[in-house]
Amino acid sequence: MAEFTLPKNSKIQAGKHYPAKGAKNVRTFKVYRWTPDDGQNPRTDTYEVDLDTCGPMVLDALLKIKNEIDSTLSLRRSCREGICGSCAMNIDGTNTLACTKAIGDCGGGTVNIYPLPHMPVVKDLVPDLTHFYAQFASIKPWMRTQSPAPADKERLQSPEDRKKLDGLYECILCACCSTSCPSYWWNGDRYLGPAILLQAYRWIVDSRDEDTGSRLDDLEDPFKLYRCHTIMNCARTCPKGLNPAKAIAEIKKLIVQRRSA
Amino acid sequence: MSKDLRNPLARARGLGSAKEGVSHWMLQRVTALGLVFLTLWFIGTVLSILHADYATARATLAKPWNAVMLIALILTMYRHLTLGLQVVIEDYVHTRWLEVASLVIIKFIAVLAALTGVLAVLRVALGS
Repeated sequence: MAEFTLPKNSKIQAGKHYPAKGAKNVRTFKVYRWTPDDGQNPRTDTYEVDLDTCGPMVLDALLKIKNEIDSTLSLRRSCREGICGSCAMNIDGTNTLACTKAIGDCGGGTVNIYPLPHMPVVKDLVPDLTHFYAQFASIKPWMRTQSPAPADKERLQSPEDRKKLDGLYECILCACCSTSCPSYWWNGDRYLGPAILLQAYRWIVDSRDEDTGSRLDDLEDPFKLYRCHTIMNCARTCPKGLNPAKAIAEIKKLIVQRRSA
Repeated sequence: MSKDLRNPLARARGLGSAKEGVSHWMLQRVTALGLVFLTLWFIGTVLSILHADYATARATLAKPWNAVMLIALILTMYRHLTLGLQVVIEDYVHTRWLEVASLVIIKFIAVLAALTGVLAVLRVALGS
């Protein structure tokens, strides 16, 4: 059966408390901590951060914690401007990017920070996305053509056809949507999840791609595609404001379109 | 537990696409649409015989059109029910033998229940 409770060794315990001495403008961050090295259960450490000496984003606070309070904290980050997708994590109950989430936009009180839900944890806020990336590779996310490439120019696309990629090409594969999806939690081994299906649709709808039929063949599966029950968590959580559920619905429509009703 | 040495891509590709699922998806929606009309008709009919005596109620249901609609309702409802339950079981039951067994058992039960319902309507309609 699907597991609705955490296994014994995953139960989260109370951790250490790091007060901010002498600071006036303080915000408290409760951060999930787990390391594979010491055999301990996960815990949540509480850090008080002086906002007067901290940048505006949650990532600023996390880096301040790592630089000045507790250097053992592990997290991924790179571009700090919402384009690389590295710092995806669960902040204040919603999957989002730490770099584009303002501390001021988190609800009142303590800001809770956890790794992306229902993924294996490598350490602290770093989830293991191996399977997610492998699923992305499995849809062959590149242009597949039958016709030979034009000798002296690129494959052309009309502005109208290019417009169809808007709302799809912006996806940065941060995995916020897939890890917010209950269907992906319960059946992530087989269900491709919203991010990968949005990426699949990005190639299906690309006017220059010539392998639409076989892309649809590969997706038409009770688990790969039809585990989507339009729960809509994906669209709600996407830090780029995209709508993966709509892309999935479009794939379903195309599969219906090529058969008789 | 030994470490899985397969390439992650091999695991993600798994057994490949079943190349089905669209019929299930379509049928679930078509039966849902049918049930909207059939349920409205059913509620209307039940309201119309709510205070009638047994003989009148029985005669109403025995009318050919009503009997046909009632049988359609029973068949559509159980078809829709099995489609829905199938999704729930596939979502949550991850022990393979239990999953397959539940999927087969709900189909047996639904067929028996639907046949029972149809037989009941036929007996009223054909008066035996």
